[in-house]
Order: sequence, then C-alpha cells, then structure tokens
Amino acid sequence: MSQAPIGNGAASLARAPERRRSKLGAKTIALAHGSGGKGMRDLIEDVLVGAFDNPLLAALEDQATIELASLTARGDRLALTTDSYVVDPLFFPGGDIGKLAVNGTVNDLAVGGATPLYLTCGLILEEGLEVEVLRRVVQSMRAAADEAGVKIVTGDTKVVGRGAADQLFINTAGVGVVRAGVRLGAHRAAPGDHVLTNGFIGDHGAAIVDARGQFALDNHILSDCQPLHGLVQAMLAAYPDIHCLRDATRGGIASVANEFAEQSRVGIRLDEASIPLRDEVRGMCELLGLDPLHLANEGKLVAIVPPEGSDAVLRAMRAHPAGTDGAIIGEVIVQRPGRVTLRSVLGGERVVDVPFGEQLPRIC
Amino acid sequence: MKYVDEFRDPAKARALVASIERLALRLARPGRGPIQLMEFCGGHTHTIFRFGLSQLLPPSVELVHGPGCPVCVLPMGRVDDCIALAERSGVILTSFGDALRVPGSQGSLLAARARGADVRIVYSPLDALALARQHPEREVIFFALGFETTMPSTALTVLEAERGGVENFSLFCNHITTLPTIKAILDSPDMAIDGFLAPGHVSMVIGARPFDFVAERYRRPIVVTGFEPLDILQSIWMLLEQIASGRAEVENQYARAVRSEGNAVALEAIGQVFQLREFFEWRGLGSIDHSGIQLRDAYARFDAERKFGVKQLKIADPKTCQCGEVLKGVLRPWECKVFGGACTPETPLGALMVSSEGACAAYYKFVDVEQLIRRRRGDVCRAEPEKVAP
Repeated sequence: MSQAPIGNGAASLARAPERRRSKLGAKTIALAHGSGGKGMRDLIEDVLVGAFDNPLLAALEDQATIELASLTARGDRLALTTDSYVVDPLFFPGGDIGKLAVNGTVNDLAVGGATPLYLTCGLILEEGLEVEVLRRVVQSMRAAADEAGVKIVTGDTKVVGRGAADQLFINTAGVGVVRAGVRLGAHRAAPGDHVLTNGFIGDHGAAIVDARGQFALDNHILSDCQPLHGLVQAMLAAYPDIHCLRDATRGGIASVANEFAEQSRVGIRLDEASIPLRDEVRGMCELLGLDPLHLANEGKLVAIVPPEGSDAVLRAMRAHPAGTDGAIIGEVIVQRPGRVTLRSVLGGERVVDVPFGEQLPRIC
Repeated sequence: MKYVDEFRDPAKARALVASIERLALRLARPGRGPIQLMEFCGGHTHTIFRFGLSQLLPPSVELVHGPGCPVCVLPMGRVDDCIALAERSGVILTSFGDALRVPGSQGSLLAARARGADVRIVYSPLDALALARQHPEREVIFFALGFETTMPSTALTVLEAERGGVENFSLFCNHITTLPTIKAILDSPDMAIDGFLAPGHVSMVIGARPFDFVAERYRRPIVVTGFEPLDILQSIWMLLEQIASGRAEVENQYARAVRSEGNAVALEAIGQVFQLREFFEWRGLGSIDHSGIQLRDAYARFDAERKFGVKQLKIADPKTCQCGEVLKGVLRPWECKVFGGACTPETPLGALMVSSEGACAAYYKFVDVEQLIRRRRGDVCRAEPEKVAP
C-alpha cells in the first residue's frame, strides 16, 4: 500500500498471495517507516494490508484497477471526491479520525446521489506515533468501510519528523456511481420548497468540544459520524426529484443553507422551534456562546424538497436508522434572495450568516 | 432546559409585549421620536438580536446598544502594545478567544501568532497561571480585559500567584469600569437616552446601589436586567412604567442573581489588587476619567506594563468611523457611513464591529444588512434627538 517503492517485489507478492505477510515489531513510528525500505514494507503489510484485506489492495500495485463494466451497470455517471482529516483529538466519543475519514468521503459521494464504491487512503504519520494508535485507527477505517459497503483499494504512507504533523493525518478519495435520472443541484431550490434535516444537529462539534476537555463539562454527547448513502437512496426512492442535498459538516446547517440560498437566488427561512437539537448540545452552546446552526455534523444532511414530496421524503427518512429524528425545519421563500433567516421561538427573526473567523479549528 | 426555557416562554413574551404596547401608546409623544432605552451590556445586545426582540417592540420604543463590550472598546494603541509584548522572546501571551481578533494598527494578536508569536487562548486567568507553572523558563502574560464581571477572577489569580511565589506570570491589564462610562454617556451633550438596562453580570459583583446616581443626579430610570429574553422584555416594561409614572429609580429585575450590595468577597479581592487609573482611552468614546483599572503598587511585579515597559502607543480611531455617535444613540449602526462597506466583521474599522457583542457586528450578523444599507442611502433622516433634561 504505497506508491510502490517496493517495486517489483509487489508484483511477486501479488502472484504469491500465500506468502506470509511481514510483521511490524516497532512500538512507535520512525522516519524509517516511510523511507521505502524494509520498515515501510513491514508497516504496510502488517498494519494496512492486513486490516483492509481485499484483493485489489493486496496486489500492492501502484494503482487499483477497476472493471468499467461493474461501474456502468450501476449508473451513468462517475462521482469522484477527496477530503483530508486532521481532527484533534484522534479519538472522540462516537468515533475517531479513521471512522471520520471513511464516512466523510462516503457522505460527500452520497449527497450527490452516488453509491460509494471505492476509497483511497493516504496517511501522513508523525515520527513517534504509537503503532498501537495507528492500528486502532486503521481497524476503525476497516469497520466503517464494511458498514458503508465500500472497499479501500489503494493508498500511500508518508512519515514526517516530530512536530511536522500532529500524530496522524488522513486523506481519502472516493469513487461512486450516480444512477441515471438523479438530478441534484444546489441551484435548484425554488420558493415553496421545504427544508429537511435527518436528525439532531451539532452533535459532532459538541462531542469534539467535550473530548478536548477544556471545560470539564459532565456530558455524554456522541459524534453523529455515520454513512448517509443508504438514507439518501431511500429518500430518492421515495421522491426522486429532490432539488438539493448536501451534508452539513464544517460550518453546520447554517453554511449549507446559505450555499443553497446563494446558488438558487432564493431566501430560506428556518424555524428554530422545529430544528432537532439535543438538550446537552443546546446547553453547551448556551454556556460557551456557540451557535448550534454553526456546529459541525458528520452524519447530517440538509435536503430541499418540493412541498408535494416532502411528506414522502420525511417518512422515508424516519424509517431509516440514519434519519429517525428527521424533521422539516424551514421553507424556501421569494423574499431576501441569497439570505437565510431564523424565526426564533419568540417570533422575532434574525439573519443566519455563515460563521466567520476561527470557530473550532481541526473539527474534522 | 431548566432555568432557560422558563425565561423564553412564548406566551409570557406575548403578554409582556402586549403590556409594553399599551404603555407605549400612553407614552406616545408626536414629533419627538421614539423613546430610546439603552442596554449597556454586550450580553444584552446579543440576546436582543438573537431572539429578534427589537422587532417585537412597538416602533415608538427603540433600543440603543451601548458600549458594554470590553473587547470592542479597546483602543488600537493598547492592542499594538499587547502585540509588542507577545513578540518579546520567551513570552507566552494568553487571553480570551474574542480578544485575539481585536485589530490594532498592524493587525490582531491572531496575525501576530501567524507571524510566530506564542499566543494562546485560555478560558480563565487561572489557566494562564497554570501555564506559567508548567513553563517556569517562560514569561506568561495574561491580557486581562473586561468590566467588573471578569475583574474578580483576575484579582484572585494575582493573589494566587503571590501566594504560590510565581515569578514568571504577569498581567497586561485592560480592565475597565462601568460607572464612569455610563456617566460619560449621560454627560455628553447629544445624549438622547430615556432609560437604561443596567448590566446584570456586572451588578452581581458591584450590586445595584452604585447605579443610584443615574436616577438621582440624571433623573433617568435604570433597571438591573438578566440575560434571557423575558428578562429583557420585563425590564423594558419596568422602564416604561417608570417613565409613565414620572419616576426615576434603580430597580432590580435580576433579583435571582443580583443583591443590592453586590458580592463582598469579589469586591474585596478587587479592592486589594486593583486601583483606578487617572484616565483610560476608549475606542469610539475617547478618554474617560477613572474608567481604567491597574494593579496597585504592591503588585507591581505582576504588572507587565511596569515589568517590561510598554510604549503606551496612542493611535487615533479612523476618521470615517462613527462608533461614538452610535454608542450614544445619536446614530443607528447602519446609519454610519462605513457600516457594511469598509467596516465588516471580517475587517472591522470601528470598535463596534469587532466582537459579536458589539452593536454593529450584531446588526451585521443578525439583521438584513443590504436592506439597511439601502435604507441608509435613501432615508437617513430621523427625528431630532430629544433634549436632555438637566
């Protein structure tokens, strides 16, 4: 698993899959584990190939090769995306950087209506990282990939000196296939459309704040990190002409709603009372002066659906495990094109802007 | 959510708004413009915008957003001094997150951090003291700011540093006091405020009694106010009641937290550690006598200004900036010439655009800015400010 500094050896490995993979003896990552020599091969074979375990990867070629016929049978467009993950801390309630790196990229494909199929995995490791930590992250990536039904088929590993990175950064790219007839686009929101989300907002951001432990809050908030493509497929099956769909990660619901409003030149009015928000998350926001609409999510999407389809989509959402707390949270309006407003519980209205400045660095 | 939802009950809010409307009708004064009530505190400003409270009020009652955002009113020279301290070798400069964004003449502390200064966010001055203990070889400076609300924790931290014999900890002290500032607003000739919502958190420390002079000397009603929407609506109603019955008194709406004599322990710590400066410069308001706070001579070794000798830079506010007029209620935020154009939260020119508790930033963030700017272009006339009674 690398841009094959192992050279011809990789090919011979592929031809002789019965050969025992080498073991990594070291307890911590050293610069040698990225140098292309034996240390690197031990790391790749033991920690990565062993965990991700699939024939495309085990071939250890410079690239994974995928038969086109298997793709064209599923749809008429290829979807390709990439994302890098630098979350701090690496492990947090409800997830870790590995689970995040799989689901984040899966969800970027999912909200385009694509069925995610293959992921890549690029690792940047800081010298001194405990191998046990890396094993846990990689195992978590494998578990998340299995849950999402995707395979991690190629990758790369680099090691940088102490201080040049913080423990472990991951990049994943993903390939998926979009079924014919799906026509999602951020420019398609129309006045009268309903705005939906699939459950409690802000859990991921709140879980990270908790995990950093700066405030000693007695909370048990779990990140909502989860794959969304099953949910999206169920929503599209219930009503194929969903207008807009995006996952609300950094910048939260507020950012996505603003993107839709701007690109569609419409106004969006959210209704505070109908937005699902856990008491613990709300309490944290009250205490720290955070806006839950700005808090990051890792398993929430915002959908814009024509009014005649919103009941069907909401029912499909609530019937799916990733959307049991789904709700209609607002509507698209003619007034104030490009702007998002929120009607407060008391009836007053305010503009919902995108967050500016540094909110919570390294949230994902 | 307990202790929160009770103070956001929509039915109670409607009832209060109805009472306010009835009073406002009785108080209507044709040709003299709306009744102007000032909330001094940035925390109140935030609640007002977050819940859209101004829209619930009748047009004859207007809220003016005061200078009670300590981050906003810090002059650029002080920020430049602070950056110079941060860029000294061996220094770890610590402060609250908001303070890091305040622009000086050469950018903010965040910009200094990007250039290599060791600038860290803390959530309490005690965190800064803990850092000093962890890094005995470094000097940890806490950029202290805030009204009486944050003074006790700074004072207790200094006392703790003294007890523990910590030598590598100091303050860059920018604490300011509420009362001289309210007085400065009341003394200004173009002042148009009919009543005040007094800051609840400040009052938890100093009590309600220190506001007596507002009622007695300036004949303005003032109500100590909590931070939930119903607190603010109730206080507005209490102010209008006073105006309607010709009274000018100090009342305490926030009795669940504020005692009229304040918090003796906090006041004692403040008194032990701090003394008034002769004068202190405010962004947007100019110099106000006895409004700044510094460490007493007995604690001079914890005073970064004396320990390292800062330059005391004086940098004038940008000429185009009309923060002063907005702070006194003479202009509304969107009536300022640079609002939303040269001055935005990303690149603030004036004090009030700096923090989310500043009136202009709150307007920019929570109100339809384009609509306001259109209004400024088309219609900048407004009623003459009411003449101030002596």
